[in-house]
Amino acid sequence: MWMWREFHSVNLNYFQIFELETKFNVDLATLESNYRKIQSASHPDRFVTATSTEKLASMQTATLANEAYQTLKSPTLRAAYLLGLQGINAITETSTAMPVDFLMQQMEWREAVEDNATNLSGMHRLLRNIKQETITLQQALADELDAKQAWQAAAETLRKLQFMDKLREEIARKLEILED
Amino acid sequence: MAYSDKVLDHYENPRNVGSLDKNDPNVGTGMVGAPACGDVMKLMIKVNDAGIIEDAKFKTYGCGSAIASSSLVTEWLKGKTVDEAYAIKNSAIAEELALPPVKIHCSVLAEDAIKAAVADIKAKQLAAREAA
Repeated sequence: MWMWREFHSVNLNYFQIFELETKFNVDLATLESNYRKIQSASHPDRFVTATSTEKLASMQTATLANEAYQTLKSPTLRAAYLLGLQGINAITETSTAMPVDFLMQQMEWREAVEDNATNLSGMHRLLRNIKQETITLQQALADELDAKQAWQAAAETLRKLQFMDKLREEIARKLEILED
Repeated sequence: MAYSDKVLDHYENPRNVGSLDKNDPNVGTGMVGAPACGDVMKLMIKVNDAGIIEDAKFKTYGCGSAIASSSLVTEWLKGKTVDEAYAIKNSAIAEELALPPVKIHCSVLAEDAIKAAVADIKAKQLAAREAA
């Protein structure tokens, strides 16, 4: 089992921590089980009688593994992390130029969310469409990142995915109110 | 996070929400979006033959600061020439609304929306002249 010191000394990336291939299409079952293994091996209960150095190392292991797990579990964060490994920061605060037709579509969706704010079945229909579009973008990311290594194209797709995530969160919030 | 009084005022009573006729040859549209926060902003300006902005409308899906930034610029744009509009800086918007550093990007979005709308009307006018 990897411990924090090894994470650092051999410079493992988030994928390697969980013995995964460094790619977008990860094996989620392996991610899950290896994360559980690290969490249990670094659990504070196991270090009650350990030295303070060991306690600290186990805590740092748990923290880093948690951060890595949260990043890899989310397709959006995973793609951003992979691009980061290539030295590409796809989501900067000041980039506002998106394809106009994409933004038009976003506007229409957000208007539809507003118009359907009190319509439960309308909201579920919207959510289905948006999930479908999200899956399409994630499939494009897999192709661009894993098959083609087309980093700039992947960065563009990732930026689109950010808007879809935001839209899904917005609908989930509205649905929560409706279903209460 | 605490919003300034001016942000709250624009957020609660946004000015000039809506659309203009995008097919009008005197109307320019600027569409921008910020991937970092998922905000989307549409700004439309109506320019008369003397190059003065007569009307401005916006529609923004985003946080209070993004809505306030776009509402404020629609007020500023009316009566300005397109070149004056193009020269509006995000720092002026941020200062007027007392935006905190984490919300500066909302004012950048508004500045970019103006620039996109001006570019659109100029492209439209150029195309009209070439067709004439």
